[in-house]
Amino acid sequence: MTSNQFMFLLFSAVIVIFSILTVTSRRILRAATFLLFVLVSTAGLYFLLKYNFLAAIQLTLYAGGIVVLIIFSILLTSHIAEKLPTASLMKKWPAAMVALVGAALCIVVILQYNFPGSVGSTELVNVTDIGENLISYGRHGYALPFEVISVLLLAAMIGAIVLAKKRKD
Amino acid sequence: MAFNIYDFTSFTQSIDQALYEWLPPFWALLVEMTIIGLVFLLFYAIVGLFLVYAERKVCAFMQNRVGPNRVGPYGVFQTIADFIKLLMKELVYIKNSDKLLFNIAPFIVIIASFMAIAAIPFAKGLHAIDFDIGIMYVIAVTSLGVIGVLLAGWSSNNKYSLIGAMRSGAQIISYELSVGLSLLTIIVLAGTMQFSQVVEMQSTGWFIFKGHIPAFIAFVIFLIASTAETNRGPFDLAEAESELTAGFHTEYSGIKFAFFFLAEYMNMFIVASIAATVFLGGWMPFHIYGWEGFNHVMDFIPPLVWYFGKTAFVIWLMMWFKWTFPRLRIDQLLTLEWKYLLPINLVNILIMAFIVLMGWHF
Repeated sequence: MTSNQFMFLLFSAVIVIFSILTVTSRRILRAATFLLFVLVSTAGLYFLLKYNFLAAIQLTLYAGGIVVLIIFSILLTSHIAEKLPTASLMKKWPAAMVALVGAALCIVVILQYNFPGSVGSTELVNVTDIGENLISYGRHGYALPFEVISVLLLAAMIGAIVLAKKRKD
Repeated sequence: MAFNIYDFTSFTQSIDQALYEWLPPFWALLVEMTIIGLVFLLFYAIVGLFLVYAERKVCAFMQNRVGPNRVGPYGVFQTIADFIKLLMKELVYIKNSDKLLFNIAPFIVIIASFMAIAAIPFAKGLHAIDFDIGIMYVIAVTSLGVIGVLLAGWSSNNKYSLIGAMRSGAQIISYELSVGLSLLTIIVLAGTMQFSQVVEMQSTGWFIFKGHIPAFIAFVIFLIASTAETNRGPFDLAEAESELTAGFHTEYSGIKFAFFFLAEYMNMFIVASIAATVFLGGWMPFHIYGWEGFNHVMDFIPPLVWYFGKTAFVIWLMMWFKWTFPRLRIDQLLTLEWKYLLPINLVNILIMAFIVLMGWHF
């Protein structure tokens, strides 16, 4: 077993175990912490693929950004003694069936596909290329999506401020 | 084995080659990782002990006192004695806390700082990892530390801890923006995020001199924002002892408290060494264009001395802040970031981009 395979197995095991714990934990902040472990392990997988840029984005955006926001909102709203109620059997059985069918479908489809071994050399993605493509308007350029997302985020931000502002009445 | 105090590349490479000759690749990698981990652990202990001593001495001089002076000459062994005391203290368990999160929190804080230190270049060829996204990687992993602080505050089941955690969360999330943007100013100037290249480019002059006024403004903003990000005074309202007893780590004792304590000092060291690397040339000697003799003399000083000297200088600046300025209120803190630092920073990046476009930098 090479070290890459070992690390892949390790990260995959962490992802699988903590994903299950995330949805089964009855304490909401624990669930958020387990989600953090899943997201950090995903970043580890990207590092393993030598796609450092995406890994750093994964860490900043998901682990450092979204999970912090989730934890922050839990801190504001929930008490330490609170536990989520367990679902009733009437809800559990149908949910389990749907999950099983979905998982079975995915596994069958994945197993049917014959994954060919990678041919050709791996190409490392240069950060300069990413940066230049992000703001170029030529072929393979992402200037338009970049601007559209910026406008969307600005609108969302203004909306959040309007919602959060106290009304004077 | 060639050992050269000015260039560690051949030294580290010969160790690497020897390991891969003796062992199969998997075990060689494992041994290498263990060695680097142990070296950093030792480094953490030494730097942590030294910084605590330095903080107490600097604080004492600022307040016209003597400071620790009983254990050893000038009290140098004081922190070692303190450390032994801290190790032997009882670990207090709290009944109505979330035990799992309570125990995980100190580790998250220390792991985040441990991940960050891996990317820092100490001398030529002396760094654990040299990512092509070095600066961005450091920003990414240091942002994980706040999660440990938030978890610690919540799981202690104590209102002071919770208030401390909320304050520190709001503070770190806001000031991260300024840290990132001020480093981005220098990335615009350097055109690369790789630490080794950033240092290499400063062989003709440090970025703080090369980048004219924008680089200097970025340096000042970085200092302010990173002091806030490491929860140090005058931005230490997360653990304001006069209002919140000790903030998020009130309920921690013994070695778990030591972890938070160590992480705070190591974060200060990491931030200072990033400031030294990005703005003050890292391990590059001080050169003045045209003064051949002077430059030659400077080259004789080993890079490690330059690196630790610059880092110590920045650390001293941060300690000076702490013992000079009064603590900010939370609204003043957020006003400073969102109404002053952030707009200045954004304009500063534009000016820097303009200077780079026109080729006005050296």
